[in-house]
Amino acid sequence: MPKCPECDAEVAVGSDAVKGEIVACPDCGAELEVTEAVPLTLALAPEAEEDWGE
Amino acid sequence: MSEPRVGVLLSRVRVEEKLLLEAFAKRGIEPVIIDDRELVLALEGAPDLGVDIVVERCIQHSRALYALAVLDAWGVPSVNTFEVADVCGNKLLTSTRLTRDGVPSPRTRLAFTPESALRAIEELGYPCVLKPLVGSWGRLLSKVNDRDAAEAILEHKDVLGTYIHSIYYAQEYVRKPDRDIRAFVIGDETIAAIYRYSDHWVTNTARGARAVRCEVTTEINDLCVRAAHAVGGGVLAVDLLEGPDGLLVNEVNYTMEFRNSIDTTGVNIPSRVVDYVVERAAVAARA
Repeated sequence: MPKCPECDAEVAVGSDAVKGEIVACPDCGAELEVTEAVPLTLALAPEAEEDWGE
Repeated sequence: MSEPRVGVLLSRVRVEEKLLLEAFAKRGIEPVIIDDRELVLALEGAPDLGVDIVVERCIQHSRALYALAVLDAWGVPSVNTFEVADVCGNKLLTSTRLTRDGVPSPRTRLAFTPESALRAIEELGYPCVLKPLVGSWGRLLSKVNDRDAAEAILEHKDVLGTYIHSIYYAQEYVRKPDRDIRAFVIGDETIAAIYRYSDHWVTNTARGARAVRCEVTTEINDLCVRAAHAVGGGVLAVDLLEGPDGLLVNEVNYTMEFRNSIDTTGVNIPSRVVDYVVERAAVAARA
């Protein structure tokens, strides 16, 4: 199981995860991005910027 | 006719993008994912992208806008279009379109200096609202309750902000109930709507507002479709305020978020988006 790069907790990610998907760490709440689906790797998601939104 | 080849332009796969990808898969369409972080757009020629239509789902307005500008120049159909992204991504351009088409919206003033902005604010009366031209999720909105607050906010914007924050967009503050209305328009129909309840005057669900189903009345449908057409039409989320004199269109969003609205409304929004994309691809193919 991959680990949170922020707090090292194990993060359960569904088997249907796709590259670019955003998941939350269950322990620290950090937003994580699936950077590769196979093998599953996680990185901290980018912080929101001024022009983010709908 | 066979199903179109669809590209989905995105920055990250949020709940909405995942739901859209699932809806395309149910339709037998496997979209090509176009990650905006990996894009290099060579302007000299229109490459074969291997898609018939692109669905824009970038999280960053600037990336969406400029990627769509290039796709538009290449003649690649998109949902939404470059024109719609340009208009909806900028509150001033949205206001000018709404006003042009007689769609009721809050009284708005534009000014370019702190001094003229103060005059604009006093003309509107207190309280009023200062908004950044580009921005979402209710960020950097200021409710200006009196002259002291106005002077402080204008000075902060002038000194601390980038140049874009020195283009002052001021609107009347609409005395509404503790909610607004978010309505989802696809093409010529308002397919669903929610109330967004909050104790705060900013009622974005991104800021914690509670979603409750809102019936799409004839009045809501007509107003929202008019607003959608005013900005160019497509797949749009229209925000309405219930003012003392009736409904007002507050803004129109072109990369709409809908995760809180599917169960709430009982409407399969991603499926309806997919239907529209397929329809637009067919129209483009016939053109």
